[in-house]
Amino acid sequence: MAKYAFFLGCIAPLRYPGVEKSTRDVCTKLGIELVDLKDASCCPAPGVIRAFSKETWIAAAARNLALAEKEGLDILTICNGCYGSLFDAAHELHEDPELLARVNKILAEIGMEYKGTTKVRHFAEVIYRDIGLEKVKEAVTKPLDYQVAAFYGCHFLKPSKIKSLDDPENPRMLDDLIEAVGAKSMPRRQKLMCCGAGGGLRSAFGETAMKFTKENLDNIKESGAQYIIDVCPFCHLQFDQGQKELGYSIPVLHLAQLYGVAMGMDAKDLGLSAHATPVKL
Amino acid sequence: MVTPNPEFTKEIESRGGGQVLMCFQCGTCTASCPSGKQTSFRTRKLMRMAQLGLKDDIVNSEELWQCTTCYSCVERCPREVPIVDIIIALRNIAVDNGHMYDEHKKVATALSKYGHTVSINDNVKAQRKDLGLPEVPPTVLANDKAKADLDKILKATGFDKIIG
Repeated sequence: MAKYAFFLGCIAPLRYPGVEKSTRDVCTKLGIELVDLKDASCCPAPGVIRAFSKETWIAAAARNLALAEKEGLDILTICNGCYGSLFDAAHELHEDPELLARVNKILAEIGMEYKGTTKVRHFAEVIYRDIGLEKVKEAVTKPLDYQVAAFYGCHFLKPSKIKSLDDPENPRMLDDLIEAVGAKSMPRRQKLMCCGAGGGLRSAFGETAMKFTKENLDNIKESGAQYIIDVCPFCHLQFDQGQKELGYSIPVLHLAQLYGVAMGMDAKDLGLSAHATPVKL
Repeated sequence: MVTPNPEFTKEIESRGGGQVLMCFQCGTCTASCPSGKQTSFRTRKLMRMAQLGLKDDIVNSEELWQCTTCYSCVERCPREVPIVDIIIALRNIAVDNGHMYDEHKKVATALSKYGHTVSINDNVKAQRKDLGLPEVPPTVLANDKAKADLDKILKATGFDKIIG
C-alpha cells in the first residue's frame, strides 16, 4: 500500500479544511495511506518567504523534509506552493552537498539532521502515476457529466526541467485525471496562465493579481466550463474569493473535492458549503 | 550615463541567482510574462539592469515585486537563464537593503508568530470540527516545542531582523 507523510501546508488546513478532509477520504478510497506529518510548519512559501530570505526558506524547508525522513516516508502535498517549495528545496539540498552541510549546521541547533532522502510528491501526480486512472474509474459511484476548466496553476508542472511530470506548455495530466470521473475538460485560451496570487502579488499588489484572475475567468467562461478544478489551495482561494469581488459565479473545486463528489461522498463532508463562491452540484 | 558594475552579477550568483550574463536580450521572457501584460514590469529590462549591475535602480523598483514566479519565462528562455532564481536573489538583496512592502512584512510576521503564513481562527476551528478534523491541525500550531524549534531556525538565519 502506498504510504506518505501528509504535508498540510497553510491554506488548506486553515482556510479550506474541506480540501484537507476530501484528500484524506479520497486517499483512503484509493488505497493511499496518509500519516500526518506532525510538527511541520509552512513549507515555507516560495514566492514570499524565499523572496525575503533564501537562507530561512531552505533551512525551514529542510526541517520539514527531515521530519518526513525521520518517519521513513516521502511527502505528499495537495498544494502547488508547498509542492514547488519543498520539491525545489529538496532538489537543491540533494544536488549541493555544501549547501546540505551548511543547512545541517542550523538543523543541529534543534537536534535534527537531514540526510537528503525525502521525495516530494503532489497528490495529483501520485494518483496519475502510481495509482492509475483505472483505479480512479473503479472508485467512481457517481459519474459527473460536467464541463469543467482544468486549472493547473504554475508550480505543479514548472519548472519542468527538474519536475519532468508533463509537457509544461500542453499538458494532459490534470485533464485526464478530471476526465477519469466522467467530466469533460474544456479547451480554452491561456490555459496555463497564472491565477495571479503567487510571488507576493496577492498581498502587495492585489489589484494586479485580480486582473490575472479576471482574464482567467473570462477565458473559462468563454470555454463553457461550469466548474473550475484546481490542484492548489492558493489558486483555489484566489478564484473562490476573487469571484465574489469580480462578480462571477463559477464554483471552484480542488481535485480532491471533485473526486469526493464522484466517489459518492456527502457534499457536507467535502466542505463545499464553506466556499465563498457557492457550489451547486 | 550608466556606469556598469560587473561585481553585481557575482553578488547575484552568490545569492543563488545563477548566471544572468547568459541572457542575450531576445525578449522571449517579456513576451511570455502575464504580469508584463498588466504592469510596467519588463523581464528583459530587469535582466539587462542586473547584467549592468544597476543595483540601486533594481532594489528601489516596484517592478521587482510584480513577478508571480509563474516560470513561463524560464520554460521558454532559449539560453536557459534561471530567471526566477535571479529575481528571488534580487529580492533577497532588496530586502537586505531595507526594501520590503508592509503587506509582505505582515506575511513574514505571520510565519514568525504562527509558523504558518495565515492564522487560525474560530470560524476555521468550527469548520474543522464539523468535518471531523482536529480543531487545530497537527502542525507547529499544536506543539509548542516544534514551534520553538522553528523559531530557532528563523533566528539562526536572521529572519527576525527582516521583520524588525
